Amino acid sequence: MADVITYREAVAEGIAREMRRDPAVVCLGEDIGEAGGVFKTTVGLLKEFGPERVWDTPISEQAIVGAAMGAAMTGMRPVAEIMFSDFLACCWDYLANEIPKVRYMTGGQVTVPLVVRTANGGGLGFGAQHSQATENWALTVPGLKIAAPTTPADVIGMMAAAIRSDDPVVFFEHKGLLASKGAPPPPDHVVELGRAAVVREGADVTLVALASMVPVALEAAARLAEEGIDAEVVDLRSLIPLDTAAVLASLAKTSRLVTVEENPYQGGWGATVVSVVADEGFDLLDAPVRRIAGECVPLPFADVLEEQVIPTTQKVVAAVRGLAAY
Amino acid sequence: MDATELLTLYERMALVRRTEKAAHDLFMSGLVKGTTHLAAGHEAIAVGASAALRDDDYVFATYRGHHHALARGATPEECLAELMSRATGLCRAKGGSMHLTKASRNMLGSYAIVGAHLPMAVGAAWSARLRGTGQLAVAFFGDGATNIGAFHEALNLAAVWKLPVLFVCENNLYMEYTPIADVTAVARPAADRAPAYGIPGEVVDGNDVVAVRETVGALAERARAGGGPAIVEAETYRHFGHSRADPAAYRPAEEVERWLKHDPLDLARGRLAELGVEEETVTAADERARDAVQKAVEAAKNAPPPDPREALTDVWADGGAAWRT
Repeated sequence: MADVITYREAVAEGIAREMRRDPAVVCLGEDIGEAGGVFKTTVGLLKEFGPERVWDTPISEQAIVGAAMGAAMTGMRPVAEIMFSDFLACCWDYLANEIPKVRYMTGGQVTVPLVVRTANGGGLGFGAQHSQATENWALTVPGLKIAAPTTPADVIGMMAAAIRSDDPVVFFEHKGLLASKGAPPPPDHVVELGRAAVVREGADVTLVALASMVPVALEAAARLAEEGIDAEVVDLRSLIPLDTAAVLASLAKTSRLVTVEENPYQGGWGATVVSVVADEGFDLLDAPVRRIAGECVPLPFADVLEEQVIPTTQKVVAAVRGLAAY
Repeated sequence: MDATELLTLYERMALVRRTEKAAHDLFMSGLVKGTTHLAAGHEAIAVGASAALRDDDYVFATYRGHHHALARGATPEECLAELMSRATGLCRAKGGSMHLTKASRNMLGSYAIVGAHLPMAVGAAWSARLRGTGQLAVAFFGDGATNIGAFHEALNLAAVWKLPVLFVCENNLYMEYTPIADVTAVARPAADRAPAYGIPGEVVDGNDVVAVRETVGALAERARAGGGPAIVEAETYRHFGHSRADPAAYRPAEEVERWLKHDPLDLARGRLAELGVEEETVTAADERARDAVQKAVEAAKNAPPPDPREALTDVWADGGAAWRT
């Protein structure tokens, strides 16, 4: 394997590793076969595993996720692709009503070990219906696990954990990170869901971020360091299970908290994080919490407009500066 | 069909009818809460189709699914206990009337979002093909589901992938409270759509258990041999309203009368008589069904309620419900 791997290559590599390991793993989705996926995240899978394990589907999101559910209930481990995360709305009944509830409402009789992969988020100028950060949609539904890796190594490790999970996992691959590069992880690299990573240690303030916001937070931390503010950056990596222990532990060191979210402020995951902190970690705080989040508007098209809506390094730096002076 | 098999199917239909009557009575006496969607009148479809299936075939049903659970091996006691919120219920009192599920018999659930389970059945058939097991998947659904997007997505995918799945429509003429004919562009809501997907669409008398058994049997054999999916549109009628709150006053009296005269149990009785089965033999089957349901009612009534702690179990495969570390 090469010295570096892109995030998009890591997606295919992560799936391939699991398909080699377990014959029950099969893929389905739009354009995932010969075309290698619209984002080239399934390149090579059809060639290596053949059409009995990599299935091109019609544009039928309900059938894709519904069929994945039926297959998962009967002995397979399907990995279904929903091309853009915005399209999760087309199969929302399966995400909200069917997949996460069937285990509970059958009294534990049926388990649904599937992965729904999807390209999430903005930054590429795809307009309002192809750019949303939708991880919060899934966060509102009990019964779904939510993965959103930031680095190629985490993509592979979390893909392994997601596919091996006996529970349904929605796997958000961030479009803005697809071209980013990193070291490929060793064989059998598994990153357990529900384990946040401290990706930069610091003493003055904790920045909690996810996916594309992790590089933003890291860049902000680098600039803040120049001003003498030492920020710790926590990459949550998964929203369910949510590593609240890691957030509280970081806060015990820094006493200041900022969440950095791409999704709109209203109903964002940061609200859940800060509510846990307010509930259980209030004594750890020396300053108010701050949430840097997307504006509550649909994602606009032009770069200059998109930058107004999605958090930027500058917005994070400004917020942290204010907090440090509190 | 010989007399012995028909008598067996008759007794199973009687068991379903008696269980539905018991569910109705228990609701009226306040022992069943929420709602029920009774399938009295639909017995021949569940029982006839099940007789044509292998024990390991997969079945998916709707919120009107008591008869499918019973036909696939759930006992009246575990069904009624579920309706009565008892710990011994089929789903440990976490499902209720609309979600009867018996996974150990591959009866993989009753789904209360109309039409949602059709793609699941497609997926189960896909899985059976991938594993090479020769199993079939069957989705039972109502006429109302035929206007749902998932119906069309499921049919198309099943057809292009040539999967061993049967779509069995129980057309009881009413989409909840509205005549299906008033809101549907074709006369046979399921079968008429089959040609659009290049698959067979058979119409059958859904109150005739023998006809259902034969039609489903032939299409099941075809699907197992690699012939792909098919639709069965079984015409039937529900004896009760859509759900417990519905007295079904919108149905014309002569229509109700005509269908009640075309009762699946009476039809089977007539066929049994033609085959030379004595009336006492049929009555004895009826009495066995009655006694079994009576015992089931008593047992379910005496069963304990669920442990309140059960509310926080079974979200995840580890048995728990924790969403955070």
